[in-house]
Amino acid sequence: MNIELFITFMKIGGFTLGGGPAMVPMMEQEIVNKHHWLSKEEFLDIYAVSQATPGIFAVDMASHIGYKLGGIRSGIYASLGVVLPSIVIILLIAIIFSHFRENHWVEAFFMGVRPAVVALLAVPVFSMAKSAKISWHNCWIPILSCFLIWICGVSPAIIILIACLGGYLYGKYKLKKQ
Amino acid sequence: MILLRLFLVFSYIGLFNFGGGYAMLSFIQQEIVEKRGWVSDSEFTDIVAISQTTPGPIGINCATYVGYTAVVNDPEIQSLSAPYAIHICGIIGSVLASVSVLWLPFIVMILVSKLILRYKESTVLKSIFGGLRPAIIGLLATASLSLLNVANFGSPSADTKHFIVSIAIAIVVFIGTYLKKFNILYTTIICGVIGILIYG
Repeated sequence: MNIELFITFMKIGGFTLGGGPAMVPMMEQEIVNKHHWLSKEEFLDIYAVSQATPGIFAVDMASHIGYKLGGIRSGIYASLGVVLPSIVIILLIAIIFSHFRENHWVEAFFMGVRPAVVALLAVPVFSMAKSAKISWHNCWIPILSCFLIWICGVSPAIIILIACLGGYLYGKYKLKKQ
Repeated sequence: MILLRLFLVFSYIGLFNFGGGYAMLSFIQQEIVEKRGWVSDSEFTDIVAISQTTPGPIGINCATYVGYTAVVNDPEIQSLSAPYAIHICGIIGSVLASVSVLWLPFIVMILVSKLILRYKESTVLKSIFGGLRPAIIGLLATASLSLLNVANFGSPSADTKHFIVSIAIAIVVFIGTYLKKFNILYTTIICGVIGILIYG
């Protein structure tokens, strides 16, 4: 069971491009439809929990599915399975690339890629702003948190704690007013 | 010792990382590049490019690569004279970084998964996320703003051609990916080929 779980998650980790969210359809295919390890509802519950807990989304999903199927040990097998392809592929690239980084053509390639990376990092800011329903009423929160992290060097962890606390207090205050 | 520091910083990043891979890139950029300088700006940008175009979770790809680079850059490690010692330390660093980022969320997941399911529809959880989500969008923005620099775009006065080409690439890629859903892998390769044609 654990070995099967490990191999299944290794396949999911090794064959999906585009990070965690891109893995969800393949996970559902493997876990729910093919192996029948979980029902669709159980899978959706795990999806909700993984979004609400810290950590890397795909690994949260894997560890939670493993944990649900066979306890802590299976959770560890599933998480290691999903990250193993990443670690191996990146290590190979890192070791090879460290010999070629000074190469003229490699440097030219990355001079073209770097501005694209900055633009690619800006895209999720706007697409997530849409799905998080940012409006004129709450747009000060992302602006202020960005300013504090970028200009004042405040740690993102502190911003995250304050934001959770602020949301909690605001919810309480709204409830009282009603 | 760099390995111990790496373990502590990545455990901290893992514990406070809500909001997926891109939020984690911002977090790593703030803690490792800006604050501690273990990895340079252009190294980090290259790492992000590679993390986005290889399979697997982006956060793990990035943590693995940053772990390797931070150890290899460390002066204490560079002074080692044994053959392959630097690479071996780098490999240890990369595995350590990715495991460090995982272990605390794993414990949190086991402890709170039942609680979260029970309170999934509760107003408390909803209002906490009402504050958290907008703040994470601010965190996401810091990564691209911090990387909008001379190392990645070239200096407007000293290297005008590089600067203008970079701005053009950034604008086209942003519009193409945001509005036309360009594929990230192909976009990265095409920009690299443009780089070879112009600067090669």
